[in-house]
Amino acid sequence: MTLETLIRFWPFFISVVMLFIIGLYCMLVTYNTIRVLIGIELLIKAATLLIIIAGYITNHLALTQSLVITMIVIEVIFITVAMGIVMGIFAHNKGSLDVRDTRNLKG
Amino acid sequence: MLLDIVILSLLILAALWTTMTRSLLRSAIGLASVSAALTIIMFRLRSPVAAVFELSVCSGFISVLFVTAISLTNPLTRSEIMERMKDRLNRFWYLPLIVAAAGLALSLMNVEIFLRLPPAEAERDVRNVLWNMRQLDLLGHIILLILGSFGVAVLFKKQRDK
Repeated sequence: MTLETLIRFWPFFISVVMLFIIGLYCMLVTYNTIRVLIGIELLIKAATLLIIIAGYITNHLALTQSLVITMIVIEVIFITVAMGIVMGIFAHNKGSLDVRDTRNLKG
Repeated sequence: MLLDIVILSLLILAALWTTMTRSLLRSAIGLASVSAALTIIMFRLRSPVAAVFELSVCSGFISVLFVTAISLTNPLTRSEIMERMKDRLNRFWYLPLIVAAAGLALSLMNVEIFLRLPPAEAERDVRNVLWNMRQLDLLGHIILLILGSFGVAVLFKKQRDK
């Protein structure tokens, strides 16, 4: 990677890191299960952006696009199943989405 | 380049809003905004097929999923929100500071990376890559879709009468 390329794409890399920090922070700090999923979504967005930038820089655009499509399919399935689990937690905990109320798997 | 920086700033602001807003519904809308901004960046980085997927699936379908899940759960009452706000502010006020500090530190860094990259190969068309070169990925997609529908069916199955 030449210095010119690095300078040109430096804002993109900074955005990836900032997006990653936001997603990680959202996951770590919150107690709401839906918000945890939103944090995971933000992390996936950061990874997607990094892959797209890598494909643009290395000129492997088709390969990275197919990789991103695969990632999106995995993301959708993951979110759908996770939503089902969240709804199960909500029904089981008598109307609470708080992770602190989920005690069945502890100990 | 200026337009890219503007879109990236919008993306970060939307992500911050998604994380920091009280309402879960606004969070879901913020997430859709992040996806929309990411779509524009993908179009500008010459990845239109992935951008269309991102816009239709992530910004559309996943937002609908989130909104549905939020509608099916009970919203908090105003008194509960006010009670949790104090705790929430204590937990979340670090976030803009951390993000700003990380961005500033990275923008001030003078990094020189020399990577030996492989040459761009024959994969010029995304359709060719997806349908001919990476057929195993398609098989994985199909298996994942079946597993996902099976998972949802298991999670939402009716309780047996005792």
